[in-house]
Amino acid sequence: MESLSKRAKVLTKKPMTLAERAYLPAIFQGLSITMQHFFRAATKKQVTIRYPEETRPFSPVFRGLHVLKRDEKGRERCTACGLCAVACPAEAITMVAGERKKGEENLYREEKYAVSYEINMLRCIFCGLCEEACPKAAVYLQADKMAPPRFERDEFIYGKDRLVEPVAPDLRSKRGIQLTPEQADTLRTQTA
Amino acid sequence: MTLPALGWQGLVVLATFGISLLIATYCTYAERVIAAFLQDRVGPDRAGPFGLLQPLADAVKLFTKEEFFPAGANRALFVFGPCLAMITALMSSAVIPFGNFLKFGDTEIHLQGIEINVGMLYVFGIVSLGVYGIMIGGWASNNKFSLLGAIRAASQNISYELAMGLALIAVLMMSGTLSLREITLQQTHVGGGWHLSDIFTWNVFKQPLGFIIFIVCAFAETNRTPFDLPECETELIGGYHTEYSSMKMGLYLFAEYVNVFVATAVMSVLYFGGFNYPFQYEFLDFLTNKTSLSADWAHNIFVLMGVVAMFAKIFTGIFFFMWVRWTLPRFRYDQLMRLGWTILIPLAIFNILLTGGLITFGVIQ
Repeated sequence: MESLSKRAKVLTKKPMTLAERAYLPAIFQGLSITMQHFFRAATKKQVTIRYPEETRPFSPVFRGLHVLKRDEKGRERCTACGLCAVACPAEAITMVAGERKKGEENLYREEKYAVSYEINMLRCIFCGLCEEACPKAAVYLQADKMAPPRFERDEFIYGKDRLVEPVAPDLRSKRGIQLTPEQADTLRTQTA
Repeated sequence: MTLPALGWQGLVVLATFGISLLIATYCTYAERVIAAFLQDRVGPDRAGPFGLLQPLADAVKLFTKEEFFPAGANRALFVFGPCLAMITALMSSAVIPFGNFLKFGDTEIHLQGIEINVGMLYVFGIVSLGVYGIMIGGWASNNKFSLLGAIRAASQNISYELAMGLALIAVLMMSGTLSLREITLQQTHVGGGWHLSDIFTWNVFKQPLGFIIFIVCAFAETNRTPFDLPECETELIGGYHTEYSSMKMGLYLFAEYVNVFVATAVMSVLYFGGFNYPFQYEFLDFLTNKTSLSADWAHNIFVLMGVVAMFAKIFTGIFFFMWVRWTLPRFRYDQLMRLGWTILIPLAIFNILLTGGLITFGVIQ
């Protein structure tokens, strides 16, 4: 029959030669192959990543643990509008809004702010829709942090204590954090 | 034998025992590291530097695991099986000559646990007993898979012991003795001058066919891949030790490594000149004449170098066992039996005839 792909190979079952039947040459061939691998593993760098010490690099678009950003003066950006909670397909976000008192202007940027802001990391599917919905550029998914494993369910409900970015810049996430437009601007003016 | 000499000999026995155990312990580590390297992996590297404390961690784990007895198992035999496997494995290392004798004035310490003139027979007898440990354990487990593994072990050991014994007879025909020490001492060339004949006196060059038969049978006797049918995971779960847990399991695994150690030790004695090493007499000559050492110490250093050579041969052998294990796939049971009965045994008989002919016509002594 005409072969369609022209790649078919006719196999003939030849009787084995004496060397093949003796089996020993094949064994030595196999042993030499494994020995090559032995020296390769012993000398070259292995492909194994020793996990706790070494980590695989994250993708720059990885969506990990959430962060609530502060602005350039260290004020919380979130105004508790609730758009992220509405956008969230998994209904993982809840918040309680409050009014900013006099004298708290250095803490919260807008007159309304989130008294509590909770994300249930067991519900969250890390889709990033909250990030897209946020008009104040307050909530972001960090590219270098994951929600670590815990033993208790309630430990997965992250409140403001664990979500809001620290004031000191050196405590913030080191890599892959997306800057807010204002932060990007100040960075640009500083470097220029 | 005087009393102090007896005491020294006791120490040698203890040392042999300890070394067998230590080597078996680190075989478990070496096996994993070698397996990892042969497969481009890393291997255990968590416990201690380079994972060197891994055997210790394993021992702690095995000792603290639950002692499990299957329902309907014969309890006494169930415990006796692994014990027997371990005892026989350790007993066989007693007659291995790890070196010649050390000299301190009049006292001579032979670096061999027990010196008997039928050492080879003793090793064979004990190794054959070893299969009872597997059989008893497999039978006492009250488990079909264990029993199948045990039956396989028994039939495999019987078939391969025949070929092994026949391969050995050719060596014995040449050496004319069963004493392992005598066989070792014959594999050297006494004489001056620069020559490589210290190596070519090794039996492996006089008995290449016998050596191949012997090493194949040694793989089968120690139940190592490609002949590890008794514990064949794909068919028998774990073979004879399916039902075993905790240190009883550990003893079986340990016994296997002690057996590997003994098999390589016997192999280096029979075929690789034991504690002989190339240029040894030149070395002795150098020590006695060119250095200020006393005659005793020159002799002792010369002998200790022999011990080092012996262990180098043993470690190379163990490495080869592991290398083969992570290279070859397992034989099928019928292939194993066909290889044993229809190929190895006729080949071994042919080897005997060949050796006999060569001796008769004076080609080799």
